[in-house]
Amino acid sequence: MNPLRRAGARPGPAFTVTLDGREIEALPGRTVAATLWAAGVTSWRSTRGAGRPRGVFCGIGVCFDCLVTVNGRPNQRACLVPVRPGDEIRTQEGTGHDD
Amino acid sequence: MTDRPRLAVVGAGPAGLAASLAATSRGIHVTLVDSAARVGGQFYRRPAAALGALRPQALHHAWHTWERLRDGLAAADSVEHLPDRHVWCVERRSDDFVVQALLGPDQRESESVRADAVLLATGGYEKVLPFPGWTLPGVVTAGGAQAMLKEGLVVPGRTAVVAGTGPLLLPVATGLAAAGVEVAALVESADPRAFARRAGALAALPGKVAEAAGYTARLLRHRVALMPRHTVVAAHGERRVEAVTVAALDGEGRVEAGTERRIPCDTLAVGHGMLAHTDLAESLGCRVEGLRVYADDEQRTDVPGVWAAGETTGVGGSALALAEGHIAGRSIAARLTGRAPDPREWAPAAKSRRRLRAFSALLDTLYTPSAHWTDQVTDDTVVCRCEEVSAGEIRTAVAELGAGDVRTVKLLTRAGMGWCQGRMCEPAVAGLAGCEQTPARRLLARPVPLGVLARAGEPQEVLGGEPRVDRGGEPQEVLGGEPREDRGGEPQEAHGGEPREDRGGEPQDAHGGEPREDRGGEPREAHGGEPGVGQGG
Ligand SMILES: Cc1cc2nc3c(=O)[nH]c(=O)nc-3n(C[C@H](O)[C@H](O)[C@H](O)COP(=O)(O)OP(=O)(O)OC[C@H]3O[C@@H](n4cnc5c(N)ncnc54)[C@H](O)[C@@H]3O)c2cc1C
Ligand code: FES
Repeated sequence: MNPLRRAGARPGPAFTVTLDGREIEALPGRTVAATLWAAGVTSWRSTRGAGRPRGVFCGIGVCFDCLVTVNGRPNQRACLVPVRPGDEIRTQEGTGHDD
Repeated sequence: MTDRPRLAVVGAGPAGLAASLAATSRGIHVTLVDSAARVGGQFYRRPAAALGALRPQALHHAWHTWERLRDGLAAADSVEHLPDRHVWCVERRSDDFVVQALLGPDQRESESVRADAVLLATGGYEKVLPFPGWTLPGVVTAGGAQAMLKEGLVVPGRTAVVAGTGPLLLPVATGLAAAGVEVAALVESADPRAFARRAGALAALPGKVAEAAGYTARLLRHRVALMPRHTVVAAHGERRVEAVTVAALDGEGRVEAGTERRIPCDTLAVGHGMLAHTDLAESLGCRVEGLRVYADDEQRTDVPGVWAAGETTGVGGSALALAEGHIAGRSIAARLTGRAPDPREWAPAAKSRRRLRAFSALLDTLYTPSAHWTDQVTDDTVVCRCEEVSAGEIRTAVAELGAGDVRTVKLLTRAGMGWCQGRMCEPAVAGLAGCEQTPARRLLARPVPLGVLARAGEPQEVLGGEPRVDRGGEPQEVLGGEPREDRGGEPQEAHGGEPREDRGGEPQDAHGGEPREDRGGEPREAHGGEPGVGQGG
């Protein structure tokens, strides 16, 4: 059974955010990471050195693997940041700065 | 403002909640500071309120204990909960303490709380040892998968393998299966024969054995292949995990040649045990023994005014955290009101603590990562996930440059110098260097914007317990990991030039009502067998 059904969830109305310009649906209360997982996305960063894809690892704000750019601000931990209507989420390349 | 003595509790998990209830019902004003949005910690992590979950208990274990804590908190008249606060430093002054916290999730501002005593109840985080492919998306910590499920009601994929070692793997596999994920296998390196040999000692807590048996039965119903004495030798995939190779372990903990098997999956939930958060204790100068904060029978650290409880003092599950927190809260209440406490007052909690500690010490000897895990770590395996340092580089630092401890490896390779401040790779670096993992002595518990730091250095007027806001710069410019040259690009606000905002005096969560002798946090042995050593949930 899917976890929303299992927990008897009656979430507030869904809204839209974008990931690299593509629209995805989000539920209020979820973090950016949970929103991306629900949309089937598991990576949203490429590492500074080898450019390897990364996403959630620890899920609790300790590992900093899930860094993402939200509304122009890089290096946000996707597993901590709540998603908001209209958020522009961007895959973060390297440091997230133009260098 | 209140004339009551003030206690700051850092961490609102089972330990912090039990302590808060025990202390507040004995006349102490408690400020409960936690990085999460809601109280509960790891064990009682609940769906975000806006998800409107009518049956949150469906994903939990020991929900009735949570209800007692929740009701106790609602009735407590003097517990102020400050959510979304990431404590980066606790400062000890001549006659009080200042707790400094970054306001999340932005982390651009810092707040401080004054207190007469501090309880460190910050819990722990999961240890994962590296193997080829462990940095692929879709490979997550077992606890992380559980946390995302409990809070976000979301799963990372359709087909999972749960692997590693430890009592947490059972509830994680059960939880994922119940949430609709096909759990292809539960791969546990521990040897069931070792459990059989300790059957007598395990029987001391029959409730725990029954709990584990219950999980196992549910996993079998979900057709999960149980693979004890096996390990994951590699995860495969390009942009995300597509399969794992598992293999049997021989009696020495070495992979048995020819037993390798490939299992297709899009998720690997993996963990090798838990590590305690010791950072705040270290910076306060508290004694850290091995990798846990030292606490005496009253849960006092060796620094006057600082108590510690829960997994920060040693990993043992939520019931142990509750017992320790309860004792800490009572000890604090007595000491802050000028009494020497009488330990007989908390004899039942002390008894649970003793039994649960003995039990978790036993589990520690049974659940061990495979003895030769480093054999699987190829030279090109990334070990430090932040700085992308490979096992080969670490081996070179050890073999050719003579590094014999984690610190020297770090200086030579940058392993452990990134954002996570070494939390993720330290056990692996120690294992590859062939030395013991030792406390890291982090300067700050969290990466902190320079602007916030600059401001914290100024002489400050901290009002009694009212949170004060400091504006910092961008969190990009952080100290705490080591600064690196190539992280440029962001304008620095090292002087934290913005005006500071002093918050007016309303305590956030002031629930009215009479103080009452609420035992919300008290561990009880009467409800359905043993107080869950709590790998449930
Ligand atoms: C990701 C994860 C998932 C887990 N899932 C389970 C499970 O499903 N079942 C189970 O039996 N056990 C689980 N555990 C084990 C769990 O740690 C214990 O069972 C129990 O929660 C320990 O209680 P505690 O009060 O000591 O700490 P915790 O419950 O860990 O609570 C500590 C609290 O302190 C906060 N904190 C830490 N550092 C700071 C800081 N610097 N500033 C502010 N706040 C801070 C944390 O956010 C947390 O809310 C899990 C552990 C982890 C790491
Ligand atoms: S997943 Fe580890 S910090 Fe977000």
